[in-house]
Amino acid sequence: MKQIYMDYNATTPLRPEVLEAMLPFYREHFGNPSSVHWAGRMVSGAVEKAREQVARLINASPAEIVFTSCGSEGDNLALKGTVEALKDKGNHIITTAVEHPAVLNTCEFLEKNGCEVTYLPVDAEGMIDLAQLEAAITEKTILISAMWGNNETGTIFPIKEIGAIARKYKVRFHTDAVQAVGKLPVDVQKAGVDLLVISGHKIGAPKGVGAIYIRRGARMVPLIHGGHQERNRRAGTHNVAGIVGLGLACELAGRHLEENAARLKALRDKLERGIVERIPEVKVNGHPTRRLPNTLNVSFAYIEGESLLLNFDMKGVAASSGSACTSGSLEPSHVMGAMGVDIALAHSSTRFSLGPDSSEEDVDYILEILPPIVARLREMSPLYPGNK
Amino acid sequence: MYTEKVMDHFSNPRNVGEIENADGVGEVGNASCGDIMKIFLKVEDNIIKDVKFKTFGCGAAIATSSMVTEMAIGKTLDEAMELTNAAVADALDGLPANKMHCSNLAADALHEAIKNYKEKQGAG
Repeated sequence: MKQIYMDYNATTPLRPEVLEAMLPFYREHFGNPSSVHWAGRMVSGAVEKAREQVARLINASPAEIVFTSCGSEGDNLALKGTVEALKDKGNHIITTAVEHPAVLNTCEFLEKNGCEVTYLPVDAEGMIDLAQLEAAITEKTILISAMWGNNETGTIFPIKEIGAIARKYKVRFHTDAVQAVGKLPVDVQKAGVDLLVISGHKIGAPKGVGAIYIRRGARMVPLIHGGHQERNRRAGTHNVAGIVGLGLACELAGRHLEENAARLKALRDKLERGIVERIPEVKVNGHPTRRLPNTLNVSFAYIEGESLLLNFDMKGVAASSGSACTSGSLEPSHVMGAMGVDIALAHSSTRFSLGPDSSEEDVDYILEILPPIVARLREMSPLYPGNK
Repeated sequence: MYTEKVMDHFSNPRNVGEIENADGVGEVGNASCGDIMKIFLKVEDNIIKDVKFKTFGCGAAIATSSMVTEMAIGKTLDEAMELTNAAVADALDGLPANKMHCSNLAADALHEAIKNYKEKQGAG
């Protein structure tokens, strides 16, 4: 059976050249980069090269890059590390209702520990209102945390404008850029961000490695205390092979970034058009234009997301759903909820996220199998007016 | 995640549809929890002669709806009232824990349809 992967926002395959670059660091180059002897030196250079590669992709300086274990760790460090470091200045954080759980659940934890958090609402397209953001800033505000691109809908926040507001009020600005890095040009200088989080496995590096950009001079209290690695900002022996992989993945992502994004956008748009033309009563979720080039989120009225995904899976297609059933919770996607999407439609939201291996044939295949699947599930649905 | 039997009933659901002029109709669930099941009954001489269903829901919801229709056909109304959600899950060789309470409502829908039939009989 044909196998089509359309879930690149969840994770991406390890790029073969990345794996090749990593293997020597599992085999012969086993030294600890903190060691002064030959074995350590052989490895520390590779870690520093990776730091440069990551920094280059986002226009940062290598000294501003701290390696982490994943995006969630980066977000936790950004939020908890800032709150601890700036507690003499205030205890108020502004974030948005549609952040990844790595941010939202960290905010919830911080609230239980004395922080005040403002959750900015979003409109029907998943966009925040900059005037509301500015109005939410108080004397106690120490941090704005707003993602670059939404993982479910792909909606891209006006990062540069948020950065300008943060600068104006001298508030620190963190962005979870896990979905944006490698898909869009990301420039920490132009964007005016102070903290930016990257996850390796979203861009062809392995799982278990990430990075956070910490603007020079930004005080941070580490999450993990221990040795002096990463200039005392993140203790723990380096995941050398993973870091090497992340570095190369960043370099590869930076090559032809805009052409690759344009190719994915064209494919995504073809899929979107094809679905809207072939299937009645569908709703595209997210911003019509300010959207990650690879992401399409669609609700199919009258049917439930998991049922759709299981049918897809039986035809070899891997996609994702905002349905409660697939998330382990009983609530449908908080992102759909914040956008005011009708609850039944939220249960049916389906995300197609494209990546480097996605092809025209993949899109054609999905457009071929999707209409009968939707029709069959609708026939079975007590909600479908066509049955009445 | 799902047993072979669940996937079988999900892929090839039995007794999908509606019964025109059904003797009893039962509906449970709501869109906010993601599952709605509607069961239609045809009853003759206190025995369930035909059952059909319509379901909006996940794989477990569709499979349990399908299974309960198979289990109910041929049973007396009293026997069908004794069918439990747990028995339906057992007949499917089990369901994932998180589906047991949110998507396993098919027996409840059947019971509602039987109650509806009895109410109609009483009213008649």
